[in-house]
Amino acid sequence: MLRFIKGNLENIDGVAIYPLISLLIFFVFFVALFWWVITAKKEHIDEVSNIPFDNNDLNNPSL
Amino acid sequence: MEVQKFYYDNKIVKNFIYATMLWGVVGMIVGLMLAFMFMFPNYTEGISWLSFGRLRPLHTNSVIFAFVGNAIFAGVYYSVQRLLKARMFSDLLSKINFWGWQLIIVSAAITLPLGYSTSKEYAELEWPIDIAIALIWVVFGANLIGTIIKRRQRHIYVAIWFYLATFVTVAVLHIINSMELPVSAFKSYSAYAGVQDALVQWWYGHNAVAFFLTTPFLGLMYYFIPKAANRPVYSYKLSIVHFWSLIFIYIWAGPHHLLYTALPDWAQNLGVAFSVMLIAPSWGGMINGLLTLRGAWDKVRVDPVLKFMVVAITGYGMATFEGPMLALKNVNAIAHYSDWIIAHVHVGALAWNGFLTFGMIYWLVPRMFKTKLWSLKLANFHFWIGTLGIIMYALPMYVAGFVQASMWKQFRPDGNLVYGNFLETVTQIMPMYWMRAIGGTMFLTGMLILVYNIIMTIKQGSKVEDELAEAPALEKVTAKRTSGEGWHTWLERRPVRLTIYATVAILIGGMVQIIPSLMVDDYIPQISSVKPYTPLELEGRDLYIREGCVGCHSQMIRPFRSEVARYGEYSKAGEYVYDHPFLWGSKRTGPDLHRIGDKYSDSWHFNHMYDPQAISDGSIMPSYKWMIKDRHDRSNITTKMNAMITLGVPYTEEEVANAEASMAEQSAAIEKNLYADPDFAASYEADKAAAAEAGEEFVEMRDREIVSLIAYLQRLGTDIKVKTEE
Repeated sequence: MLRFIKGNLENIDGVAIYPLISLLIFFVFFVALFWWVITAKKEHIDEVSNIPFDNNDLNNPSL
Repeated sequence: MEVQKFYYDNKIVKNFIYATMLWGVVGMIVGLMLAFMFMFPNYTEGISWLSFGRLRPLHTNSVIFAFVGNAIFAGVYYSVQRLLKARMFSDLLSKINFWGWQLIIVSAAITLPLGYSTSKEYAELEWPIDIAIALIWVVFGANLIGTIIKRRQRHIYVAIWFYLATFVTVAVLHIINSMELPVSAFKSYSAYAGVQDALVQWWYGHNAVAFFLTTPFLGLMYYFIPKAANRPVYSYKLSIVHFWSLIFIYIWAGPHHLLYTALPDWAQNLGVAFSVMLIAPSWGGMINGLLTLRGAWDKVRVDPVLKFMVVAITGYGMATFEGPMLALKNVNAIAHYSDWIIAHVHVGALAWNGFLTFGMIYWLVPRMFKTKLWSLKLANFHFWIGTLGIIMYALPMYVAGFVQASMWKQFRPDGNLVYGNFLETVTQIMPMYWMRAIGGTMFLTGMLILVYNIIMTIKQGSKVEDELAEAPALEKVTAKRTSGEGWHTWLERRPVRLTIYATVAILIGGMVQIIPSLMVDDYIPQISSVKPYTPLELEGRDLYIREGCVGCHSQMIRPFRSEVARYGEYSKAGEYVYDHPFLWGSKRTGPDLHRIGDKYSDSWHFNHMYDPQAISDGSIMPSYKWMIKDRHDRSNITTKMNAMITLGVPYTEEEVANAEASMAEQSAAIEKNLYADPDFAASYEADKAAAAEAGEEFVEMRDREIVSLIAYLQRLGTDIKVKTEE
């Protein structure tokens, strides 16, 4: 009876390539992500993290 | 450098805040009405549009899309303008966004109680409204991207990335999941069937939580928490990692809603793995939010805004820890279909979405109206009654879920279920339902206090005006990377590029999920004995959908000994191939119905729908008296069957042509079965005589809704039964 719920996707032609491609994309994605972050410059990070405080409401500085 | 003067649009923000409060109250009142129906199932007896099954989608839709949706727009319209130093791209688009969204909400509030529902969770709205949602969403996106393009701030702050990802992903999800074939003005059938429909729906459902309830709120968190605490976010680098890994991983995790179902193992395991991974970016974000308050904890003690935000982030942390745990198969085996899930979603909704919204409103309104909050004491009181309300809501539901699931699985030494009667497991947890209703009342009280406090604040404040601001115009810089400019630094000033990469990130996971889902249809093992529904059963199924039965009853028996012993043979993927839409359900307030067919007599169902408590003492099922009395309009059957043929259901031309005759025959047979009950025969004849005497038109039993519904219920799960008489 187990055949009714098992292996529906195994029948798809060439499905074995899916997990392989997935893993590759996944690995490359995170390597690239951490590369960006680690190489980001400190001054730039300070600058962008202060964007919310760059206050330019002239008549209502509390905003 | 030229300095430009411009005005921020505050009025649109104000409108969205008003709408947030209005729909928040409405959504929570409906929720509370539902909570009390567990104790008093028939307090709206006889009023079809106030029945549990129809109000449940109204509650979820109004809280998610009306309350949280308007809060998102309020926060986005406020923060985007400031972060980009520009007024919104187009006032007209802002207005269309606002009024269009309210119109959608109103049409949902009318159609859902009337029973116009696709039955797919958080996507119940019928096709005309689906189209309207898509249009308004595009208006929102155009306005957002337009503002980004005319900005005066070179780099795009992380909050806006979250908004962009929200826009793109919700659009993709909504369109793919809403593929449906209309059969009339407010009725459509899902283009997908059975397993495929389930996969697409929970890919959508899970990511609606991710990209409607989470990413926009993370954007709001990254803006409003630094503003309220007056210090920049703890680690901007962490926020970059948070953003990309969250949107990349989230979209893969949908199948964890379908563990142990007839879904292929491959997809189930993929969903589990990605759900577990999700804890890393989620907690990264939570830690980033909480640590932003480092050195400001003295402020948290006195400022209600920060108090709300701290509890909101804590709630986010709890819900995102619990999510991956629930996605583990062994935990899921216990929690799924039980009140545990209700507790889980309410920690997310009440704490994370609710409290962050409250904090935002308490921060924003006094500033926009240039005054102080009317009463700090009331805000603090709201904080405490709300927090206690969340605890009073969630804890009993955890206990209820655990107790009930354990009772479902308990066996006697002789191999029989200890609690063979489902009802025993319901009456056991009634005290928990009481406590939940009290917790909900407390939370709603807090919401009403907020509304009062805000109204008083607005009264003492001055009129909201579009604020004058000035900022230097943006100088043209080369589209290429300048010397020494890092890659991501460059990307942060290229919004279109950023959007495209974010789209790619979500599409990768989306594709891996969706392509096999779209192909799986052809690979589901066919079961030769599974046949399409008869015309009458199809009409009955539409009633089942209309009444929202799926809100309390699953049609999916998992391959567990305890479920097979209770309900019968476990469900097979091939049994659902003609189910447009699927009706597996996600919660068992009542028992599973997949093998209900042939289990009871027609009379049993008739009497049970009329007065459930007379059949099972202590049952919390509401009565469906209108279905007993109302004539069933089956005139649309040919259109419906032809639509099904278009979707691939193998009705023959002959079957379509003979639909009327087939319905007449099957309904007459059910009417005859009902006559076998002498009580029924007596009262039915009496009714008939009374009608004749009064000169009123009398609806024959075979023409009534209940007969169609019984036909459908008696068919459920019978296709794979071995029929001895053949």
